[in-house]
Amino acid sequence: MAERLQQLSDTMQKSSTIALAVEDLTVAYQEKPALWDVDLAVPEGLLMGIVGPNGAGKSTFIKALLNLVPRAAGTVQFYGKPYEQARSLVGYVPQRSSVDWDFPTSVLDVVLMGLYGKLGWFRRPGRHEKALALQALEQVGMADLAQRQIGQLSGGQQQRTFLARALVQDAQIYFMDEPFAAVDAVTERAIVAILSELKQRGRTALVVHHDLQTVRDYFDWVLMLNVEIIAAGPTSEVFTPANLRRTYGGRVAPPGLG
Amino acid sequence: MFTRASLHAQQRTWLLIVGLLLLSAALLPLSQWLFGLRVTYTVRVVALGGALLGGLSGVLGCYAVLRRESLLGDALSHAALPGLALAFLLFGRELSLLLLGAGISSWLALRFSAAVQRTTRLKQDSALGIVLVAWFAAGMALLSIIQSIPDASQAGLDQFIFGQAAAIIESDVLLVTVLGLLLLLVIALFWKGFKLLSFDPEFAGANGLRTGLLQTLLSTLMVVTIVLGLQLAGVILMVGLLIAPAIAARQWAQSLGQMVLLAAGFGAFAGGAGAIISALDSGIPTGPMIIVVAFLLVLLSMALAPERGYLWSWRRQRAHRRHYAARNILRDLQRYALRHGSADSAVPDAFIRGLHPGSAALGLHELQIAGYVRDTAGGWRLTAAGIAAASAMQNQQARPKKEAECFSP
Repeated sequence: MAERLQQLSDTMQKSSTIALAVEDLTVAYQEKPALWDVDLAVPEGLLMGIVGPNGAGKSTFIKALLNLVPRAAGTVQFYGKPYEQARSLVGYVPQRSSVDWDFPTSVLDVVLMGLYGKLGWFRRPGRHEKALALQALEQVGMADLAQRQIGQLSGGQQQRTFLARALVQDAQIYFMDEPFAAVDAVTERAIVAILSELKQRGRTALVVHHDLQTVRDYFDWVLMLNVEIIAAGPTSEVFTPANLRRTYGGRVAPPGLG
Repeated sequence: MFTRASLHAQQRTWLLIVGLLLLSAALLPLSQWLFGLRVTYTVRVVALGGALLGGLSGVLGCYAVLRRESLLGDALSHAALPGLALAFLLFGRELSLLLLGAGISSWLALRFSAAVQRTTRLKQDSALGIVLVAWFAAGMALLSIIQSIPDASQAGLDQFIFGQAAAIIESDVLLVTVLGLLLLLVIALFWKGFKLLSFDPEFAGANGLRTGLLQTLLSTLMVVTIVLGLQLAGVILMVGLLIAPAIAARQWAQSLGQMVLLAAGFGAFAGGAGAIISALDSGIPTGPMIIVVAFLLVLLSMALAPERGYLWSWRRQRAHRRHYAARNILRDLQRYALRHGSADSAVPDAFIRGLHPGSAALGLHELQIAGYVRDTAGGWRLTAAGIAAASAMQNQQARPKKEAECFSP
């Protein structure tokens, strides 16, 4: 605990702005907690991977930050503000499998949904919004598929559509729930390119990630989670075999690390 | 190529929407002309009421279908029965009070099942299932009490079980029109919210949409629609009027807007036609008639709709078979001809038929149409175009996706 607090204060001194500050976050679905006493401070402009075994609470963590599941305890602040006042700063890429892709709509229309929050209750997207959406589709390499029915997309194209929808949100801090899960090489490269571009523009991204091989390549920081935080900090420092064993319960010896 | 195809699909869907609305509007004159229906004032009111209610149910049904809440619709309509019966016991046959009782009863069922899902580990289908039977059983018990009262048994509530369009009167149509317009206004105002809630509720929540509020609003709209439709379709079959038009519409639609309009058209047609049929012979309850019509619309849509329909996938498969038969035969014709002289040497018919026992006739026919082969005395000969196509195909072997293009005539 003391060690972690030390880590937190170090971070705060190093960076001028804290994009995300989490204190004492606990979530319980049934009797057992899904997340226990999570403290975390993420400086602005970082790409942070979130790793951990199934059921470690990775998705729950993101959902609890975004008020999508009730918190049992804890506070969360985005740029010093609670979520209700910081919504326009936050972008979200849910798991691809969380929606029905047979919904009658086009790719462009899904991307436009990213602007619904800005448009408010009653305003319809117009020419300006469509231009923004097309630009986001261009960024993920899907401009030519704008008019396509979403039911005809491949898994990778679905993921890139979601990514484009998050891009038009033009948020300061992004939360992505397994964007790399079961996508083709083209999509993986597109996501990596987008992430590094976000970073260049000073944006922050927290990404739930499964492929331990690529953690070092993709992320500056890593959060190792198994209900509690096992370790959090610069990847080069905390992404160690010892921490991995503690995160994955010692049963898994992840290959290619050493 | 793709944009042209999708443009056609768009136009086709809009044409269908316009056609459906025209057809629904022309239902009465048509049945007068076809079946010699005597269009009295009563028939007019009944048909109008049926069409309005059907259209309204179609619109709300889209959200039920897309949100996988068909069972919720079924539970809500069954749950109206105890409210109807209780209102009848307390106030007698006063329609607005009956509907109010039905609405309150359904709404309580909705809140109860939501609370059960929130506080226990029961899944949605179990929670809804148990609410459905409990409320319906209570309603049946109350009905038998009503029937034991000598005075009231005559009036009966039977029309609410299976629906009786003949009971619809002018003031009902007025009520449906006013409430219906109100519902449509709410849907138009909250269009974006309802759409995002239906497609991706989590993203909607993360974007600051009040998903809880929207969800309650949408469910309330559904309760109102169901309660209004009870007179027409009855508590047991109401869910059919709700979801069948939406299911049919889904087969054709490319956007939520199209789906809602189409479902309104299908619903209006089914509601109107069902009401007219049952009005022809007042012995037939309206609910079953409407469901028969609506189910036919569903079957037709599943068979005929472009892209998704059976007919289309069958035709597409046949086109693929033909295409690949032609491709493979073209390749073999070229190989044989080159080995026996030059590219335009004759190839014996028996050779091709022996190599492609099932698909030779199909493929050769296709090649003939394309102008790639000629049927000569010595056998099949490649034409100049055929030779060009065959070598183009060979050059593109490494890019299997593009092969289709070089072959198409």
